[in-house]
Amino acid sequence: MKHPAAIRRAVEIEVNGVIHAVENDPNRSLLWVLRDDLGLTGSKYGCGEGECGACTVLVDGVLRRSCITVLSAVAGKQIMTIEGLAEDGLLHPLQEAFLEEDALQCGYCTSGMIMAAAALLRRNPDPGEAEIVRHMDGNICRCGIYRRIVAAIRRVSETTSPGSGHSKAARATSLGVTVTRSEKPEAGR
Amino acid sequence: MRVPGSRPQADCKHAPVEDQPHDAPERYEQHEGPAYSFGFDRRDFFRVLGGGLAIALVFKDATGLQESGGGRGRGGRQAPSDIRSWLHIGADGGVTILTGKVEVGQNIRTSLTQVVAEELKVSLSAISMVMGDTDLTPYDAGTFGSRTTPVMSLQLRRVAVAAREFLLDLAAAEWSVDRASLTIEDGRVIDGTTGRTVGIGELAEGRELVRTVSEDDPLSGPEEWKVAGTSVPKVDGHAFVTGAHEYPSDIEVPDMLFGKVLRPASFNATVVSIDTSAAAELPGVTVVQDGDFVGVTAATDEEAFAAIAAIRTEWLPSSEIGGRELYDYLRRTASEEQGGGRGRSSARTAGSMEEGMEAADSALEATYTVAYIAHAPLEPRAAVASWEDDKLTVWTGTQRPFGVRSELAQAFRVPEERVRVIMPDTGSGYGGKHTGEAAVEAARLARAAGRPVKLVWTRQEEFTWAYFRPAGVIDVASGVRADGTLTAWEFHNYNSGGSGIDTRYEVPNRRIEFHRTEYPLRQGSYRGLAATANHFARETHMDELAEAVGLDPLEFRLKNLTDDRMRAVLEAAADAFGWIERSRLPNRGSGLAVGYEKGGYIATCAEVAIGARGDVAIIHVVAAFECGAIINPKHLENQVEGSIVQGIGGAMFEAVEFDSGRILNPGFAQYRLPRFSDMPDIEIVLLDRQDLPSAGAGETPIVGIAPAVGNAIFEATGQRLRSLPLVPNGLPTSDA
Repeated sequence: MKHPAAIRRAVEIEVNGVIHAVENDPNRSLLWVLRDDLGLTGSKYGCGEGECGACTVLVDGVLRRSCITVLSAVAGKQIMTIEGLAEDGLLHPLQEAFLEEDALQCGYCTSGMIMAAAALLRRNPDPGEAEIVRHMDGNICRCGIYRRIVAAIRRVSETTSPGSGHSKAARATSLGVTVTRSEKPEAGR
Repeated sequence: MRVPGSRPQADCKHAPVEDQPHDAPERYEQHEGPAYSFGFDRRDFFRVLGGGLAIALVFKDATGLQESGGGRGRGGRQAPSDIRSWLHIGADGGVTILTGKVEVGQNIRTSLTQVVAEELKVSLSAISMVMGDTDLTPYDAGTFGSRTTPVMSLQLRRVAVAAREFLLDLAAAEWSVDRASLTIEDGRVIDGTTGRTVGIGELAEGRELVRTVSEDDPLSGPEEWKVAGTSVPKVDGHAFVTGAHEYPSDIEVPDMLFGKVLRPASFNATVVSIDTSAAAELPGVTVVQDGDFVGVTAATDEEAFAAIAAIRTEWLPSSEIGGRELYDYLRRTASEEQGGGRGRSSARTAGSMEEGMEAADSALEATYTVAYIAHAPLEPRAAVASWEDDKLTVWTGTQRPFGVRSELAQAFRVPEERVRVIMPDTGSGYGGKHTGEAAVEAARLARAAGRPVKLVWTRQEEFTWAYFRPAGVIDVASGVRADGTLTAWEFHNYNSGGSGIDTRYEVPNRRIEFHRTEYPLRQGSYRGLAATANHFARETHMDELAEAVGLDPLEFRLKNLTDDRMRAVLEAAADAFGWIERSRLPNRGSGLAVGYEKGGYIATCAEVAIGARGDVAIIHVVAAFECGAIINPKHLENQVEGSIVQGIGGAMFEAVEFDSGRILNPGFAQYRLPRFSDMPDIEIVLLDRQDLPSAGAGETPIVGIAPAVGNAIFEATGQRLRSLPLVPNGLPTSDA
């Protein structure tokens, strides 16, 4: 456990395009810097051990679990949080896709999911399903909405990458839902 | 208030309810609300929400059959005392709904908005919902037991219909026209004869009128729905994908400190010595010691952590049983009177077991067990508490804001009117947030510090000091004729609960009983709760019987089922899965299960693949679900899918490990939850019964996955697994 009287030092970080001089313990976790010092509460605490991904942010475009990233490690770096993803009030395609695919229930994992997906798409704009699953496996959605999140990421990769066939219908069937309207159940065989 | 050293038995105060109708609340959810009058009167109502029109839903009889004294009088001057929900129409045409239900990801904010939009004939965007604020919303026992859709949704539809009628009355009077010529569309009253229109806000302007409505007013059926019954996107979805939504753990109020509580080294450990002096000397730290409660406040979360770490404590551990002794312990401590609690035996019997067994050609006895599992909501317990003068306000994530208000009032010996609990839409619950631990702790610290305090449990605290889904032992004995007809069914559940305990198979001789026992860990509600354990035992046993008489599992079940709705989901799932022509590849196997709980019917088929090292993967799941008329197909499908995915955890690998009063796996690294890579293909078939009332859907679909997977493992390997989780470390090396 760190001693609270630890040395405080001004550390300069860039968050969502704004430079902040954060005066705090250089070993303070980036998650608490974001949430408590800068008031950016979109990044969530889920475990504090880097095991759930709710705190995921981009540091210089790369996925980082902010809860296990210390302040001094991001000095001078560019950090992007969920609050910085929309531009001029326009939602990022991933944010749109999560809404379109209904890829959230309680939404507590959503910020981390979207940021993790953003990191993936920066590296590979058209990942296949296996790569999406591999990349996202460190993010937990306890509501169990994983398949919709995969569908949301695929939706973005299909719309942004050339020649990937924007087959909305194919996606709908891949989710495999049938609604049968019937007044009475069909008689048993 | 609960103190950390006391035996954490959350539920001993709740009367067990074993002999209950199928849709009654589960015993761990039996939280009776206080019988008091709602104090938010008409004047307060209009002061807070502004002038306009208000509709209150009242009912005095808990069954909702008796009309309240308020009746449907126009422009009543007195707000009735027993109100369940409010609807308000302001001068701007905005519609506000006030309900004590809360949103934890089940998307009732959306589905309730839809039904109001449908009945009132206004756009979705005109409606805002105020939920779970004890100062503003009428009393509600809590959001659990899949009650929102069958109860609150119907209530709000009635309120909205009454509001529509009210508006038509007002417009007819204003224009002096026949009311029959008037309709409402998109928030405007239209006179079909003259074509003139007026906005509902204009009708509300300058008035302060209240109308009441009762439970039994007629409603349009789903066949007329245009908005309800469709896949409307999540209300406020924008705030969730941008990170703007403020969960309880995101709430910040001016001058706020951070709080942290000292936890005992193990359950029921007592303090031998404690030295808080080093912590108290830290700058900005306040130490609070009140009986066994020890906590600190500090300017930051990390400083509060450090202050707790600076407290020197010596603990005397209590003797606590470990996980290895659990099932023996449950059986050994089953109480003599066996949980009737109402002066009669809880056993439900029919015919004679002796005769049933005599009539059988083969008999089977087996024991099934289910482990303690954790809810692990991704947002842990969190609260911000603020005292102003003598009034306490707490923002917290709970499924029972009014219950937490009572906890706070009792803990601080203040009247309930001086406690306000506000529940922002929360990072899930799954039955795990019925209690107000963090709220009480934050409020205690805030009172001592004289400033607002925020307290967020760590993941380890959530895994250790929250409550768990009860573990259980289930003994089943049965008899079956050679042709596959069930003749006898005996079923004993120890500790895990009575929901879903009744069999829906036709069997003339039966004895079904729930037994209360002592239990080593704090336990409480959970999504589907005991229905998961009872379905696991029953549907596994049915598979064993099918095997014993040499019938296909589907054929055997259908042979013993007459319930049409049960048959319908089973056949729908089997069809979609291709059960009859299913593949029989080596190291593959398929299983099925069917069930009923809380008004919904679920059939689940699963296919597993066994890896070379005995690892088991679920590769394909088909579920057919029917819960009456569907309000929002997409969100319903989401609930079914979420239930299956959550159920995969409890089926395959989730178990709380404990020994000597400690939880041994209190983190996501040790307690394995379903992840992306655990996902099978999932196909969901929704049967929309427009002719039947809508039931809730957040729980029931969870009950089928564990037995379906267990039965699939049997088909693949010949190993019959009778304990949940089935394969925490892959297939057992010898037959379980």
